[in-house]
Amino acid sequence: WAAVGAMAAGPDHGSGPGDSPEGPEAEAPERRRKAHGMLKLYYGLSEGEAAGRPAGPDPLDPTDLNGAHFDPEVYLDKLRRECPLAQLMDSETDMVRQIRALDSDMQTLVYENYNKFISATDTIRKMKNDFRKMEDEMDRLATNMAVITDFSARISATLQDRHERITKLAGVHALLRKLQFLFELPSRLTKCVELGAYGQAVRYQGRAQAVLQQYQHLPSFRAIQDDCQVITARLVQQLRQRFREGGSGAPEQAECVELLLALGEPAEELCEEFLAHARGRLEEELRSLEAELGPSPPAPDVLEFTDHGGSGFVGGLCQVAAAYQELFAAQGPAGAEKLAAFARELGGRYFALVERRLAQEQGGGDNSLLVRALDRFHRRLRAPGALLAAAGLAEAATEIVERVARERLGHHLQGLRAAFLGCLTDVRQALAAPRLAGKEGPGLAELLANVASSILSHIKASLAAVHLFTAKEVSFSNKPYFRGEFCSQGVREGLIVGFIRSMCQTAQSFCDSPGEKGGATPPALLLLLSRLCLDYETATISYILTLTDEQFLVLDSSLTARPRPATSSPLPGLCPARETARRLLTHYVKVQGLVISQMLRKSVETRDWLSTLEPRNVRAVMKRVVEDTTAIDVQVGLLYEEGVRKAQSSDSSKRTFSVYSSSRQQGRYAPSYTPSAPMDTNLLSNIQKLFSERIDVFSPVEFNKVSVLTGIIKISLKTLLECVRLRTFGRFGLQQVQVDCHFLQLYLWRFVADEELVHLLLDEVVASAALRCPDPVPMEPSVVEVICERG
Amino acid sequence: MEDDAPVIYGLSSRWARALTPQTAETDAIRFLVGTQSLKYDNQIHIIDFDDENNIINKNVLLHQVGEIWHISTSPADKGVLATCYNRSKCSFPRYLATRGSSDSRVLTCAAVWRMPKELESGSHESPDDSSSTAQTLELLCHLDNTAHGNMLVVGEPWGDGKKVICWPNNHILLWNLQESFQPGKGQLRFTSGRWSPHHNCTQVATASDTTLRGWDTRSMSQVYCIENAHGQLVRDLDFNPNKQYYLASCGDDCKVKFWDTRNVTEPVKTLEEHSHWVWNVRYNHSHDQLVLTGSSDSRVILSNMVSISSEPFGHLVDDDDVSDQEDHQPEEKSKEPLQDNVIATYEEHEDSVYAVEWSSADPWLFASLSYDGRLVINRVPRALKYHILL
Repeated sequence: WAAVGAMAAGPDHGSGPGDSPEGPEAEAPERRRKAHGMLKLYYGLSEGEAAGRPAGPDPLDPTDLNGAHFDPEVYLDKLRRECPLAQLMDSETDMVRQIRALDSDMQTLVYENYNKFISATDTIRKMKNDFRKMEDEMDRLATNMAVITDFSARISATLQDRHERITKLAGVHALLRKLQFLFELPSRLTKCVELGAYGQAVRYQGRAQAVLQQYQHLPSFRAIQDDCQVITARLVQQLRQRFREGGSGAPEQAECVELLLALGEPAEELCEEFLAHARGRLEEELRSLEAELGPSPPAPDVLEFTDHGGSGFVGGLCQVAAAYQELFAAQGPAGAEKLAAFARELGGRYFALVERRLAQEQGGGDNSLLVRALDRFHRRLRAPGALLAAAGLAEAATEIVERVARERLGHHLQGLRAAFLGCLTDVRQALAAPRLAGKEGPGLAELLANVASSILSHIKASLAAVHLFTAKEVSFSNKPYFRGEFCSQGVREGLIVGFIRSMCQTAQSFCDSPGEKGGATPPALLLLLSRLCLDYETATISYILTLTDEQFLVLDSSLTARPRPATSSPLPGLCPARETARRLLTHYVKVQGLVISQMLRKSVETRDWLSTLEPRNVRAVMKRVVEDTTAIDVQVGLLYEEGVRKAQSSDSSKRTFSVYSSSRQQGRYAPSYTPSAPMDTNLLSNIQKLFSERIDVFSPVEFNKVSVLTGIIKISLKTLLECVRLRTFGRFGLQQVQVDCHFLQLYLWRFVADEELVHLLLDEVVASAALRCPDPVPMEPSVVEVICERG
Repeated sequence: MEDDAPVIYGLSSRWARALTPQTAETDAIRFLVGTQSLKYDNQIHIIDFDDENNIINKNVLLHQVGEIWHISTSPADKGVLATCYNRSKCSFPRYLATRGSSDSRVLTCAAVWRMPKELESGSHESPDDSSSTAQTLELLCHLDNTAHGNMLVVGEPWGDGKKVICWPNNHILLWNLQESFQPGKGQLRFTSGRWSPHHNCTQVATASDTTLRGWDTRSMSQVYCIENAHGQLVRDLDFNPNKQYYLASCGDDCKVKFWDTRNVTEPVKTLEEHSHWVWNVRYNHSHDQLVLTGSSDSRVILSNMVSISSEPFGHLVDDDDVSDQEDHQPEEKSKEPLQDNVIATYEEHEDSVYAVEWSSADPWLFASLSYDGRLVINRVPRALKYHILL
């Protein structure tokens, strides 16, 4: 019907005049497309397709031949109305031709379809036949299968019986074999025991035990069991025997114990016994170590000792511990505790021995050997330490190592101190030694360099020695103590800073020594120490500390920042050094000032100033004072820089100075020389004092030559002043003082920072002498000058 | 009343070394100053200090025999004083001095004097111009060396020996003391000496060079000897008035040292505050933590040596006070002990200070004398005074 419908639509469709006006050639594809369109339309796809068709006529147009709403009447009306006759004719022929073509198409299609239908019918018929045949064969197959099933069932029924019997027989066989084993057991056991294959025996016994236990109500089994027990008892006895003999070493003992355990011996007792045996062996090791340690002096070197101890005792302890843990693992914490106590006790004794040995080593200077020995000792103990964490052996060992390290630090500190004192003794000797042809000059600077370098090299040596403790390959170097405290506290603070402190203390003690008067310490030593301390303050300490930090704290930088704060404390080390240098130098000034002032004092005190003669010369003492001052100047100049002077004196030559000073002196002293004007003296000196600054006689000094000499001269002149005030002078006494002071002025000004100071003090001396003179007639300044020049 | 301001008195155009309080006077604050001049008549200035009005009154006594090196007053009689002096040479013809030898030696002498009665106990009634009309001293006796062939002076630094004068009953005792010193005369050159206020005044301590020695005047034997007490010359010493074994010494090493005479190997305490020789050290008579020192660096330093004083925990409440207010005792106990420290440094002097003395009447007042004749009267700072008292 559908096809017919399509056919029916076909003629209408094909007769559309507007669609193919061009001719039959172009019609074919057009038509085919139209046919498709129709099919699609039929199957409900048309709407979209029809809508999408380009320039398609209105589908509702009743005049469209191909449209669904085609109305022949309307169409015809339209044609008749619109078209001329010729066109009508043309459309008629065209339509006829299309109808024909459609007809022929339809016929072809019908034919083709029909043929196909016929062949299909044939095929179906043939299939029907074939199926029938197949059905027959299937039936046959089913029958055969039934037969086979039947047979199979019959056969199994027949064999059932026999199968059961065979199973039973197999069971009996197995049982019989077991029985046979049981019956043979006593003899086997005996044989095993005889052969010494205890392990085998114990295995047999273990296998049979349960069965015999179960069937012991049967007399025959009972007999076997009894036999077995007898043999086992013997076995146990033999094993114990072997165990007790003990000579066969730890592994065999361990085997014995294992077997005994398997034989159900009480573990507690075995454990005790095992430890007792182990103790015996280890104690022997300890004894041999102790013998090595012995009172006899030729003890083996410490490395050998620790090696011996490590392999003998620690190795043994390791074995025991391993075996114990393997054997008595079932004992639980109580067993472990027992072992730990055991290890602790023996370990303690071992440590005591090691410490005694190490204590013997304390005095020695060789650190590398000691460190290696400690390393081995520590390394050996790490293994049992892992096994016996509870015993705390590793911690104890680390503690020992730490203690030794601390002691070494102390030892090195002592060594450094001793070295420093040694240096000082050398210097003293060098200073005390009679100076030969060579001047003392270069000697002092050389001595300083020697002392400094030798101390530095000692420090470096100590650092290097101590550094071994933190070497990477040493097993204990990564312990927190060695990474942190040892470096920062021990080495840096304890050793280096401690040494610097003690050095300063030693140096300071020279200042406080009671022998101030006797001059127990040569002044040159004071000077040298002062310079040494100053050098330390400015450079050496920071150098040493940097060196230490580099060597020790670099290791540490990966760790916490805890030791860091300690690094930034170089100040406590520095301050005492500077302070010490200052004190030493001040003390030097005092000592030298004292020497000169004693000279001056004696010269004033011992002379009878009232009855002295008219001065002809500068007194020898004054020359001596100038000489000594020059010597001190040279000495200080060797070690200290020049220092700053007041500018005024820098360009004044001796000649101009003397002229200047004498003229100045004239002006200054003129009133005091006239006995009629004592008020003026008083007034003048008071006014003068008003404008001059107060002189601190024993004031701290700067680190330079000028300051040192200023200090010395100040002390000397002030002494002179005080001494003069205590005497009474005659006229010539006063004149002598005048001459002496002028002489001093001529030569001392060049040493001091401010020549005003010398003037001031000397003026005061002369003024005081004038006061203490009942008959003050001063000498002519020109005469004074002449005398001084001559002297 | 400006309390802590120092009072300064100048001995016009006089040089002076000798200063003493009038020991027997306990009401008025009075100091005696002796001048030292070779060319003029020497004087003894009696300085009265009016604490209320801060006014100084002075009276002048003539001391014509020579320049005064040392002066001391009787603890019993207000009018009695002793001086050590150099007999002045200025009256001698000048040519004598040039001749040298023994003739021109300056003689060092000592004498005991009595001052005029009206000056003994203050001079408020005397007119102000009394200073211009100097009065003379009445000579009681000479302590002349000629009688014994040896020179004896009280604390005279350059004498060959040491005279010890005891004033219990206005008698001069122990003239035979020098014989006992004779053996050591050669080496011993005493620079200073003091009576110990303890042991019934039987002990004397002397200083010679760097050594301190203690003597028992009954047996004339050496009791103790502190060798090398100072690095240099010992200038002065003083006994702690309240602790019998303690004494202080000072010397040319700029140090003041405190000694326990029972242990002479090392000092109990050392002060090093001065920058030149320390010439004088004095304990306060009633509060022995207060120690005064004078030095040729022109400074006077007042130190508080609490730790070695007789009152290391501050002033303890008197017994009757305790019985009255027992609840106050714990407070006293809990009081923080004071630290040893320098209380004050006085820099009023321009020249070397050769003498410092506490007033005998007012324990909070002291005087210092410098070579240029300047006398400075100072008080202990009020805060400290109250701290000690309360």
